[in-house]
Amino acid sequence: MNRFLVAYLTKVEYMKVRTQEVQAFSYPFGVETLTEFTPLTSYAGGMLIGLSAVLLMLFWGRIAGMTGILAGIIPPLGSDLRWKASFLAGAILAPLLFQLTIRDIDYQIPISTEALIIGGIITGIGVTFGSGCTSGHGICGLARFSRRSAVAVTCFMSFAFLTVFIIRHIL
Amino acid sequence: MRYFAAGLIGAIFGLGIIASGMANPAKVLNFFDIAGSFDPSLAFVMAGALTVAIPGYAFIFRKVKKPVYTPTYNVPTNRKIDIRLVVGSSIFGIGWGIGGFCPGASIPALGLVHESSLVFVVALVVGIVLAQLIQKSGIIEQIAKKGSRLLLSRPSENIQDRA
Repeated sequence: MNRFLVAYLTKVEYMKVRTQEVQAFSYPFGVETLTEFTPLTSYAGGMLIGLSAVLLMLFWGRIAGMTGILAGIIPPLGSDLRWKASFLAGAILAPLLFQLTIRDIDYQIPISTEALIIGGIITGIGVTFGSGCTSGHGICGLARFSRRSAVAVTCFMSFAFLTVFIIRHIL
Repeated sequence: MRYFAAGLIGAIFGLGIIASGMANPAKVLNFFDIAGSFDPSLAFVMAGALTVAIPGYAFIFRKVKKPVYTPTYNVPTNRKIDIRLVVGSSIFGIGWGIGGFCPGASIPALGLVHESSLVFVVALVVGIVLAQLIQKSGIIEQIAKKGSRLLLSRPSENIQDRA
């Protein structure tokens, strides 16, 4: 009898823990998703991004800014179409091949599709007016010690922190 | 060959993005969530990129006279810090905080073949086209002009009223 009681109580405790796990914090249009702290792979990935920026400058004399490169394949098309399209093709195909041959890449979307669409449109408007994003201003701009880029990075970083804080902790 | 090189450089960029975790919106949003499920990994991405790019650029600009495939370095010359830069970047920050993708991360994420990244990129392109249309139409300049005219005219009207 005692053994059954213990087993029952452990099961109750276990279920409690389980439900706590399942009931992760949910936010307006999103759920909390924990991610692993990966300083080494993130640093190594960052070095590859930096290397790509340096190589593009060395070979093509251009800034590796995704905003400018992406805008280059949207009409009105300019003379830069070819190298920009090649760069984009490489940037899409390499992750595809990596995932097919080596391993799956962590990918979690903690937000609703509506939020993704709204975020996408706002991002597109912002990077066009701000003439650059994380790659153009954040990496190439800062690496050239451009004051314009330093201002841009300060603006988008602080507004991103602020937006996430408002969505996750105030709304 | 030159376009193959561009593709290869793009491939390095894409691999860097996926290795760094930038293409995982959960990770990006956790980086911005200091008060919640904070994940500081993305600070290391920026650090890694700059440790290569700062000395790399410095070397190229000082020691390499011209790029391999083009006659000159084509770097932005605009040094003006204007309202367009500040407001635009701030809007981008809001979008990044909502969607968890920056443009440079969303393109390599397409290669991971998830529907959601395609949804984001389509929305991103819509946003870019929308902003280009707004820029071309000159609506903002008109509003700014009218606004400044209103601001400038009000005090003088008040003075007339008082007189």
